[in-house]
Amino acid sequence: MRTKHLFLAGVAILAAVATTSAVPGGGTVSGKVTYEGTPAKQKPIDMSKEPSCAKLYATPPTTETVVTGPSNALVNVVVYISAGLPDEPPPSQSAVLTQKGCRYLPHVLAFQVNQPLEILNEDQTSHNIHPLAKINREWNKSQPPGTPPIVDKYDKMEFIPVKCNVHPWMHGTFAVLKNSHYAISAEDGGFKLPNLPAGKYTVTAYHESYGEQTQEVTLTGSETKSVNFVFKARPY
Amino acid sequence: MGKLFAVVLVIIALASAYPIATRMYVMPEDISTHGHAIDDQLSDTMKEAGFSFLGAQLVLAFFVFKFAQRKEGAKLTHLPGGAKLVVTVAFIIVGAEVFALGVLGQKAWANVYFTPPRPDALQIQAQAGQFAFYFRYAGVDGKFGAIHPDKIDEGNQNFFGLDPANDIESRDDIVSGELAIPVNREVHLLMHAKDVGHSFYVRELRIQQDFVPGLDLSVHFTATKIGRYEIVCTQLCGLGHYNMKAYLNVMGQDDFEKWMKQKASEL
Repeated sequence: MRTKHLFLAGVAILAAVATTSAVPGGGTVSGKVTYEGTPAKQKPIDMSKEPSCAKLYATPPTTETVVTGPSNALVNVVVYISAGLPDEPPPSQSAVLTQKGCRYLPHVLAFQVNQPLEILNEDQTSHNIHPLAKINREWNKSQPPGTPPIVDKYDKMEFIPVKCNVHPWMHGTFAVLKNSHYAISAEDGGFKLPNLPAGKYTVTAYHESYGEQTQEVTLTGSETKSVNFVFKARPY
Repeated sequence: MGKLFAVVLVIIALASAYPIATRMYVMPEDISTHGHAIDDQLSDTMKEAGFSFLGAQLVLAFFVFKFAQRKEGAKLTHLPGGAKLVVTVAFIIVGAEVFALGVLGQKAWANVYFTPPRPDALQIQAQAGQFAFYFRYAGVDGKFGAIHPDKIDEGNQNFFGLDPANDIESRDDIVSGELAIPVNREVHLLMHAKDVGHSFYVRELRIQQDFVPGLDLSVHFTATKIGRYEIVCTQLCGLGHYNMKAYLNVMGQDDFEKWMKQKASEL
């Protein structure tokens, strides 16, 4: 029995190694996501209906549909390899979304197809999490304070807006992706996709308000190629 | 056994009348100009129903007590006219009672619901949706921007579906999760539901009005006391109904203007 388990585990590891496309010391795609124009002013969130959350903030938090950084940096953009790589098996580690202060942390959560997704409620109030999936199965689940995490997974690639049925201002995004080569643009708009084998790739940048942009890039060895994205911002 | 039943009946009737007669449960504070009429009406209804209830129970207990140990074969006596007359009299009495309540009650009800608001009443739009209330003020231009349901984007705080990119009137509209109003000024609340039926209830205002999907309803009231009061949904609207609430914030005129300025600066 034990040897059978070991054998199965070995096969699983081999299979994972065989299909993963991460190459340590491979090529890297890195760059910066910026915007031009005037982005919409983010509005303060009125949480007066939920005093247990409102009291956590000295000044009301603002919406996060467009988050910007210094020198026109655009934050929270999912940059991923959309073509040129095989699909990869999911990691066993869970992607974690935390509900805290009646907001979703992180605002954009990227993870792989079939990767375990854990949703925690750290608030003193009930939430009803409702990812508005269109390609995957749509569901909504209530989660009172102090209850165990909700565990789920998605079996198809999709960008899914997430809302709370109890607190209408709560808003986030799930990015369900087919491989492990993705990044979310940081405070300075920067991103980095390392360990890519040589090949021709399509790099896609997805922003929840401004949509998608793609660029082609070819890597021949361990070089770093720079790819930058510029989104057009709108004041409304 | 029959006599014991009669005694228990009297005890139950008196015990249930006691907390109401001694006003053990007081009404919540009334902060509206029309609330006293509702309270008087409730009090009248309570008195009338209470006396009828007590009277009926005592009469029932009396007959049970008197005839509980009637001997086998004793002669039965009937009211003159029989059952037909009793039913007719009961029908007339109950009908008159309901009719009287309606006639007397109309001053409490119709004065609030069937009269138009003053022309200078402050217009505020109220939207109910699963599971929150949102309120909209017209802003400095005094006009509400048009509503586009397809533009509703809650994550971006666009709860009403405004289109500020194309519709200038909507750009200064103030949207709030709490209902802030000035004290002693009439408010005309224009109500619509985003999804299913909801209800707007503020017990201190003595106002309860349903939101009905597809209907534009309205209600008007004047709050007379500064303070913070709870607005709750009183129409079962789904799983989150228990948590559907907002706050009514009655402010002095100066504070209200400050609040409006603060909200306008956030736009």
